[in-house]
Amino acid sequence: MLTEFGKILIFILFAAIFVIITLFVAKIVRPNRPTFEKLKIYECGENPEGSPWVKFNIRFYVIALIFLIFDVEVVLLFPWALAYKEMGFYGFSIGIIFLLLLVLGMAYEWRKGDLEWARPKPKPPKLNEILKNKTN
Amino acid sequence: MTIWEIIITSVIKIAIALTSLLLSVAYMVYFERKISAWAQNRLGPNRVGYRGLLQPFADVFKLLFKEDIVPDAANKTLHTMAPFISLFVAFATYAVVPIGPEVNLFGYQIKLVVADVNIGILYVLALTSLGVYGITLAGWSSGSKYSLLGGIRSSAQMISYEVSIGFSIGGVLLMAGSLRPIDIVNAQYGGMWNAILQPIGFITFVVSAFAETNRLPFDLPEAEPELVGGYHTEYSSFKFAGFFLAEYANMIIASLLIVTLYLGGWQIPYVDKLGLSEGLTVVLQIASFLLKTAFMLFVFIWVRWSIPRFRYDQLMNLGWKVMFPLALLNIVWVAMLIMIFKL
Repeated sequence: MLTEFGKILIFILFAAIFVIITLFVAKIVRPNRPTFEKLKIYECGENPEGSPWVKFNIRFYVIALIFLIFDVEVVLLFPWALAYKEMGFYGFSIGIIFLLLLVLGMAYEWRKGDLEWARPKPKPPKLNEILKNKTN
Repeated sequence: MTIWEIIITSVIKIAIALTSLLLSVAYMVYFERKISAWAQNRLGPNRVGYRGLLQPFADVFKLLFKEDIVPDAANKTLHTMAPFISLFVAFATYAVVPIGPEVNLFGYQIKLVVADVNIGILYVLALTSLGVYGITLAGWSSGSKYSLLGGIRSSAQMISYEVSIGFSIGGVLLMAGSLRPIDIVNAQYGGMWNAILQPIGFITFVVSAFAETNRLPFDLPEAEPELVGGYHTEYSSFKFAGFFLAEYANMIIASLLIVTLYLGGWQIPYVDKLGLSEGLTVVLQIASFLLKTAFMLFVFIWVRWSIPRFRYDQLMNLGWKVMFPLALLNIVWVAMLIMIFKL
C-alpha cells in the first residue's frame, strides 16, 4: 500500500529529475569563460573592501529569539484548536487563559522596547550633570 | 484499487500537477509583465509569438544559454544548493493542495489532489519554514555584502510574518477541526467561507502571505535602489532562474492556500440546489477554484503596481505590532463565534 507521503516522495523525485535534467542540459549548452574580473563579487565596480561577512545588527538576533518563543506557542495552540469543538466552555476558558499568557509575554516585550526597530539613541549619564545635581 | 493502479494514477496526477505548475509559473511572469505594462500605460512584451505569448520560453532559453558565474569569494557548495532548496520547497508544497472534490473517472474514485495527507496544513507550514534556509544560505554563501544584508533582512522578515501566518491558520483550524485540506474546504460548505466568518484572520493571512513570498510592498530583501539585487546579486544563469521560478511558484502556492483556507476552495454556494448533473457540477467547481486562484494572483500583481515599498522599520512594526495582535484577536473572535452559535 502506497501511503500519502509515499506519493509526496514520488512527486519530489519527479521534481528532482526535472531539475537535474535541466541542469545537465544547461551545463552542456552554456559557455564557460571565467576571467579574473568576472569572478570578483559585485561592489559597484570598485575593488571589494574588507571581509564580505560584515557585522550585522543585534536586533536581527532579538527578532529571531522572539520568533522562536511565539512559533513554539503556535505549535501548542494547534492541538487546542483541533479539539476545541469537543470541549465546550472548558476548552474556551483554557484557550483564553493560554492566549492571555501569550498577550502578557507580548506586552512585556513591547514595553521593554524589543519590538521597536528604530530605537532612540541611548543617553549615557554625564558626570558633569550628576555632580551639578549633587551640589544643588 | 491495486497498488499498481494507485501508482499509475498518482504518477499521472503528478505529471499533470508539475506541468501545470511549471506552465503557470512561466505564464505568471508573462502576465505580470503585461499587467504592469497595462498599469503604466506601456505595451509590454509583444514581439515573441502572437502578442508576446512565447516570451516566457524565450526568457527560459536565454537563461539556459547564459554563462554561470560563481564568484571566487563564494562558498561553492552552499551557493549551488541555495536555489534548489528554494525550488524544492516551492514545488513540494504544491502536492497537498486539493483543486476539486472526489470525481468518478473510468470507474475509479479519484481525489483531485496529489497526496491527501491528514496533516496537510502542518506539512505546508513546515515546508514554508524551510524556505527561509534557501534565501539565508544564498545571502550568506555569496560572499558579497549586498547578498548578506539582503539574506539577513529577508530571514528576519519571513520569520516575523510566519508567526502571524501560524496564528491566522489557528482560526481556520478552529472552524474546521482538522488539518486535512479537504476537510477544511468541506467545512466551508454553503457560503460559510472563512473569509466572511473571520475577516480579520483573512486580512492578516493575506498580508503575511505577501510578506512571506517577498512580494512588493514587502520586497525588502531585494530592494533594488539600496541592495542591488539583495540575496541574488551574485547569481546568474540557471541558478538565478531557480530563484525566479521559486518566487513565482511561491506566489501561486500562496494564492492556492488563500483560496483553500479562506475562500472556500472549490465550493460554490448553493450549486447543489440548482439540480445540475454531477459531472457538470464538478467541472464548475474546479473552474471556480481556478478562477478564485487567478483572481488572487491578479491581486498579487495589482498590489505590486499600486503600493510603494515599505521602510524596514515600518515592515517590522507592521508585522509585530499590527498583524500579530490582530491574528490573536482573530482566534478569540473565532472561538467566541463557535461558543455562541455552535457552528
